Amino acid sequence: MLDLSQYASLGAALRDALDRWPDETCLIESDRGREKARLTFAEFQQAALPFAKSLQAAGVVTGSRCAIIMTNQSKWLISAYAALYVGAVLVPLDYKLTASEHLALLAHSEADALVTEYHLWRAMMQAPEFVDFARRMVLVTEAPPNADLGAAQRWEEFQANGGAAIGLSGEPEFVPRQRSDWACIVYSSGTGGRPKGCVLTHENYLEQCMALTSLYPFWPGMRYLSILPTNHAIDFMVGFIGPFTCGACVVHLRTLRPEFVRESFTEYRITYVALVPMVLKNLERGLRERFDGLPKPKRFGFEVLRGINRILTRYRPNLRVSRRLLGEVHKAFGGELRAMFVGGAFMDPATVQFFYDLGIQVSNGYGLTEAGTAVTLNDFNPFRADTVGKPLPGMEVRIATPDAEGIGEVAIRSKTLMSHYLKDAELTAETIVNGWLMTGDLGRFDAMGHLQLLGRKKNMIVTEGGKNIYPEDIENTFDGLAVKECAVFAANYVWPRGEAAKLGAKEMLLLVLRLENGQPLPTTLIAEINERNRTLPDFKRVGGYVVWEHDFPRTASMKIKRHVLAEEMAASLTRAAVQPL
Amino acid sequence: MSKPPEQTIDEILTLAAAQFKVARETLAADDDFFKKLGIDSLQALSLLTRLENHFGVELPDYELQGVSDFRTLAARIQARL
Repeated sequence: MLDLSQYASLGAALRDALDRWPDETCLIESDRGREKARLTFAEFQQAALPFAKSLQAAGVVTGSRCAIIMTNQSKWLISAYAALYVGAVLVPLDYKLTASEHLALLAHSEADALVTEYHLWRAMMQAPEFVDFARRMVLVTEAPPNADLGAAQRWEEFQANGGAAIGLSGEPEFVPRQRSDWACIVYSSGTGGRPKGCVLTHENYLEQCMALTSLYPFWPGMRYLSILPTNHAIDFMVGFIGPFTCGACVVHLRTLRPEFVRESFTEYRITYVALVPMVLKNLERGLRERFDGLPKPKRFGFEVLRGINRILTRYRPNLRVSRRLLGEVHKAFGGELRAMFVGGAFMDPATVQFFYDLGIQVSNGYGLTEAGTAVTLNDFNPFRADTVGKPLPGMEVRIATPDAEGIGEVAIRSKTLMSHYLKDAELTAETIVNGWLMTGDLGRFDAMGHLQLLGRKKNMIVTEGGKNIYPEDIENTFDGLAVKECAVFAANYVWPRGEAAKLGAKEMLLLVLRLENGQPLPTTLIAEINERNRTLPDFKRVGGYVVWEHDFPRTASMKIKRHVLAEEMAASLTRAAVQPL
Repeated sequence: MSKPPEQTIDEILTLAAAQFKVARETLAADDDFFKKLGIDSLQALSLLTRLENHFGVELPDYELQGVSDFRTLAARIQARL
């Protein structure tokens, strides 16, 4: 790989990588089992440079903000590289947000340019918040021939143009950046009350990449399956910067249907993949069904081999042995899989153990966008299913004000910590204290130096699908209901179900309704709640409600004291009080 | 000529019932299929392939984004017929 300590910016490192491995394949794009694109590093460069030149010609200059809202595909990475090449700051946004949320974040980030897909752009144009985009440049990919794009331009025409319209000739000008300059603004939550735009520098990414690849190296010929959205800090790192700066290849799928995901492991002989727990559980379910369907003698033989593998790899993985013993299983994963990374949500240790017993390493970790993605990761030395691993090289992790059992708030200091939250000095000061990132997560270190997470101090709810949810965000949707006040909680936050269930169980979101004194439950209220619920993405929907008889405890600035309210509710109500919606 | 919308809904309900092994008559157009079938978003995606084959149209994953009831899904498919 490249020695990233020698580089000042992502653009410079990527530019050298493209020159260093011109003939290696860097990108494969597949749609429903059909390969749509395959690019070498040289071809990637040939696609990106005209685009960079067009960006430059259109006035995207040093420090301009270039937003990308796309599903995982080759044009995502081509656009991102071109923007970094001309010195722009990337604003990668989650394509799964609603059009209104997209528009709010585009406004908050003050994006000068937007690269997006046709269906997303169409939704934005139809949203009530759609404002005049005339002062911004919008490039839309894969638009049908007669589509109405408003003021937007077609990505493909813009790219082919290569700046010719204004008479630019030759190569685009590469714009060097300093390590401390902004590389990306990454939103770690949706919109709602308070968008959290993490400003990450070039140094943050270069240091993170060095730390990760020291534990899980890439090299030419390796293939990373990119399933998590590329706007997500994890995929941006292990599905773009990491493999590219090591000469490895990224495989994009245009569909995440389980059958095509499974197929791609064998089709492209995948080396690494990062997943959210939900997808991993889906793979587990598929495997279990296959095992259950085996004829009895075969099943018996398989169980014996699995037992032998379990004994031989009790302390350390041994891929060679596992692939020999359980060849059929490994073949189903392409035969070259080295590790699956799981982050973004709490993972059920039983699932990690299930795969480990088959000789498939699931490396669970802990990370935050604010810390430049991964903070701890399992290194299989030894294997532990019940922790989030040890701090990565360069990460200082400590437990702030630990209690008698060593439990306290996880605090992090490293070169990967974000610079600040965009346009929010107050929140930045609360979050980064004397150079330490206060995560709001509760944890402790065990005797072997593994970090165990016990819960969330902050209000943030992480769903099984790896999504961060902020109650305030959802509460805005229910603003103005015919009640005195209302609040959103994760049911598990109010009534924890024992440690294992609390960490692994699916979170149900709950609407707490405080009616006016003596007010009966309005007859149309539930219909109204259901209607508003439907406007939310499915992972943000509330699943039930409770009626609460007292005013919510609030701070001086009228914020709900969530933990106090949760304690009061837990003391006088049980889960049985929850009415399903 | 495209199919009447009611027929599209009816065919989707039949296909969903077959895919998730429930009785056809237990499903209705306005059902929230996540709740009714107890499925997650990945399982819902796997229904798309069956619908594509049946209706002879391509349905990108995003057609399921923000959709949780059969009627809205049918409207999206109808627009592509």
